[in-house]
Amino acid sequence: MFLNQFLFLAAALFCIGIYGVLVRKNGVLVLMSIELILNAVNINLVAFGAYRGDIGGQVFALFVIAVAAAEVGVGLAIVLLIYRNRRSIDVAEANLLKG
Amino acid sequence: MMFATAMLSSQTAAVTADVALTGTGEWVANGFFYAMAVVAIVAALRMVTTKNVVHAALYLLVVLSAVAGTYIILGAEFAAATQILVYLGAIMVLLLFGVMLTRAKIGHESELDYQQRWLGALVAAGMLAVMSYSLWEAFGTDKLPVDQTPQRTQEVSDSIFSTYIVPFEALSVLLLAALIGAVVVARRD
Repeated sequence: MFLNQFLFLAAALFCIGIYGVLVRKNGVLVLMSIELILNAVNINLVAFGAYRGDIGGQVFALFVIAVAAAEVGVGLAIVLLIYRNRRSIDVAEANLLKG
Repeated sequence: MMFATAMLSSQTAAVTADVALTGTGEWVANGFFYAMAVVAIVAALRMVTTKNVVHAALYLLVVLSAVAGTYIILGAEFAAATQILVYLGAIMVLLLFGVMLTRAKIGHESELDYQQRWLGALVAAGMLAVMSYSLWEAFGTDKLPVDQTPQRTQEVSDSIFSTYIVPFEALSVLLLAALIGAVVVARRD
């Protein structure tokens, strides 16, 4: 198996996630796209770990999974707060800081 | 470039030596990988284009399962198990709770995307082109080791609790902080 087939899969998922973050208005859908991006990074870490025969790749993939769990918890709390205050989770309407 | 070509030549030497060992096993692994890759990419594309929030969550579930499958091909069984437990089990439930609590309309919604979709598609396609080019330049046809054995869970835990003990402890503090932060932010008062 080529190393690059895993890296290309990760690159494709990463770019689809970028598209989702840029295009979606719904805050929960933006969080889902961020999860997609984090998974693409994880594929890279595990693939390089297998390529170099190094256990560190898998360990850091586990760290990324834990950080993603923390991120989605805080992210959803923020989305809930925005919904409670604005009655909408449209990220385009969250513009209180706009000058 | 020098680095890449040097790697390539050493790799091709290793590959010609091991070519006798690669038999049906590699074909099976390749077939499994391409099945997983197609499922992951199609489901990811559906996830970012669907008009239904709950369907998007379910497509994300499919992508995450396929990614767990690629971890298994790479011999990272513990990462695959953790992916299924944490992502498919915990994070998906959190996201579905988010959908429920924000009372997103279930069913078709036309207001989920910005109007300038082509701009986002342009950025994503440009990034994919740059990344593909640089990946091909850097790694070309480098092969994964043929005599790959699964990385055992014991090795993973040995590594976490010796080499990576400081990041592990930092991560514990981060999780605690995120837990308290989420409660404080979302509390109704």
